[in-house]
Amino acid sequence: MSLDVVGHILHMAVRGGTPLLLGAVGEIYAERSGVMNLGLEGIMLVGAITGFAVALATKQPWLGLLAACLAGLALSLIHAFTTVSLYANQVVSGLALAMLGLGLSSLMGRSYVGQPLPYRLLPQAIPGLADLPVIGPALFYQDPVVYLALGLAVASWFVLYRTRWGIMVRAVGDDPAAADAMGVNVYAVRYACVAFGGAMSGLAGAYLSVVYTPAWFEGMTAGRGWIALALVIVAFWDPLKAILGAYLFGATEALQYALQTSLGIAAPLLGMIPYAATILAMLVAMSEALRKRIGAPAALGKPYIREERVL
Amino acid sequence: MRWRPLGFPIALRLERRLEEEGWLKAAVPLGSLALALVLASLIFAAQGLNPLAVYGITFSRIFGTSTGLAFLLLKAIPLLLCAVGLALAFRAQVWNIGAEGQLLLGSVAAAGLALFVMPNAPPYVIIPAMFVAGFLAGAGWALLPAVLKAKLNVNEVITTLMMNYIAYKLVEYLIYGPWRGKATWGFPFTDLIPESAVLPVIPGTDVHYPTLILALASAVAMFVLMEKTGLGYEVKVYGGNPDLARAAGIRPGKLIIICMLLSGGLAGLAGVGELAGVHKRLKYPWAISAGYGFTAIIVAWLARLNPITNVLTALFMGALLAAGSMMRASFNIPYASVNIFNGLILTCLVAGEVLLRYRIRLVAAGAGAEQGGGSA
Repeated sequence: MSLDVVGHILHMAVRGGTPLLLGAVGEIYAERSGVMNLGLEGIMLVGAITGFAVALATKQPWLGLLAACLAGLALSLIHAFTTVSLYANQVVSGLALAMLGLGLSSLMGRSYVGQPLPYRLLPQAIPGLADLPVIGPALFYQDPVVYLALGLAVASWFVLYRTRWGIMVRAVGDDPAAADAMGVNVYAVRYACVAFGGAMSGLAGAYLSVVYTPAWFEGMTAGRGWIALALVIVAFWDPLKAILGAYLFGATEALQYALQTSLGIAAPLLGMIPYAATILAMLVAMSEALRKRIGAPAALGKPYIREERVL
Repeated sequence: MRWRPLGFPIALRLERRLEEEGWLKAAVPLGSLALALVLASLIFAAQGLNPLAVYGITFSRIFGTSTGLAFLLLKAIPLLLCAVGLALAFRAQVWNIGAEGQLLLGSVAAAGLALFVMPNAPPYVIIPAMFVAGFLAGAGWALLPAVLKAKLNVNEVITTLMMNYIAYKLVEYLIYGPWRGKATWGFPFTDLIPESAVLPVIPGTDVHYPTLILALASAVAMFVLMEKTGLGYEVKVYGGNPDLARAAGIRPGKLIIICMLLSGGLAGLAGVGELAGVHKRLKYPWAISAGYGFTAIIVAWLARLNPITNVLTALFMGALLAAGSMMRASFNIPYASVNIFNGLILTCLVAGEVLLRYRIRLVAAGAGAEQGGGSA
């Protein structure tokens, strides 16, 4: 493969990894606070159609992305309410949200299928760096959301590990009773983290429909919500590791297109690659976790029940 | 520090119930259904569709005609087979979300057997052979997630879902590639399976009764397994409290694998029924699995994971899927929109469970806050 091809694959990997990164960083906060949100796929879909519709109506791609954040946030509050306030089973509530999002997006999007979106966010060159060979175009000639996602991931890492807020979030996810005793409002922290996760997933969906594709079609996230959930585990709940992981997952997607043109393998077989790679990555990550004794946040998936509490 | 959303002067207080109340066990699912239908109608109204017209017309078309009822029954068959397996798996807190893919593999096995392995076999050979192969294929598709969960605690929700996507791609590969038929007018389908492999139907309908009988039998068998066997007891103990179960000497790995394989196998049977009873050829994967694997999650949950009650809830959700098909035809609503009902029903159900476990009281906010703070 020539350097050009390598550069192109890297470019595609970063682009393809960006929605995964956005979704995973948000979900890392939710899970760090103890709430697993399996509804990511549905939230992404609603984000995708909301972003597309608003961008088309207002002619402003950024407004589309913002609206998608709000839609994702609103949807995730359903999950926060059932699991945090009503102690509902997180797996089932999350699955319900995934279905609701799929249904809602297909209904909302029924008149948008096949419409082009003439208002784009174009790639921006970072002066100086974009001219570097191979990595220049891959990393420094991307659309603004790619940079935004990177910035958000780094900032999320900083907040999580270097600030009092981050300590609160982690304490709530590891030992909510102790956090509660220290005066942290467990419920408020969990609501906030789930809401942040929802907004990020909404943005991830809108990235697909407004920037990446750009178009709307039913089920267009194609499992990226679930892959983002896998990425959270593979990255061991760390936003910085999620950056690398997201681009690796993105690379499997890019590789699929590269192999299709160069080797002539049937498209459906190559289409399995991202999903098979996700299973493989989870296998490797969990063996590693077992060996190094790293685990999920201790209270992940468990409702915090304070006897006789005020809702 | 107290946090009261919106500053309501009245607060809710949750008190744990010692026992679930009998009438609530029926009232919560029914109430959830009603609430979900109301919420869905609000969504339809917001999208400019008249919910009363949508509900009224679909209701009369399904329940007012014998073809509508047969259509409902046809949809209930795969739902019941998948849900019976999921009831077992979910009892053990094993979250097999891969029934879609396992169902598809059942269809692939049946098609392969009928088209290529034994195309000339008589019905009494090929039909049982297809069901056996379908069960094994469905179970086999669940094997990798099962082993990964049992050995490495890899999250089975994600792996089973990934296996769904891989199954879709596998079917696409077969119908566009090596299995593409000769007499399909250019469509990516396999040829029709031989007449001898097509499942018999109740006269005057499309209801393939061998699969229906299998589904009903599996519900009864699963009930017996769950209530009368040591395995069923272990599943319930493990699902209720995994730590306690380990202390009592229950081996979780074995349970996880058995639950996964059984639920996968039953989904595989559903796939055989869809292939040999409905479509009679392998075609687009989304046309075959058609969301049955996901809707079966609600069938199982609505029945509170009781296999016998599953029969009723499968019929109900079958009606809903039939309604989804009709809404597409009559109101130009995409079929996937039926997932709005799925999602809302499941959300209301899972939220409603708090009513079973807790007594909810309204208290003056001040008094409630004091008590809440005192018992941290």
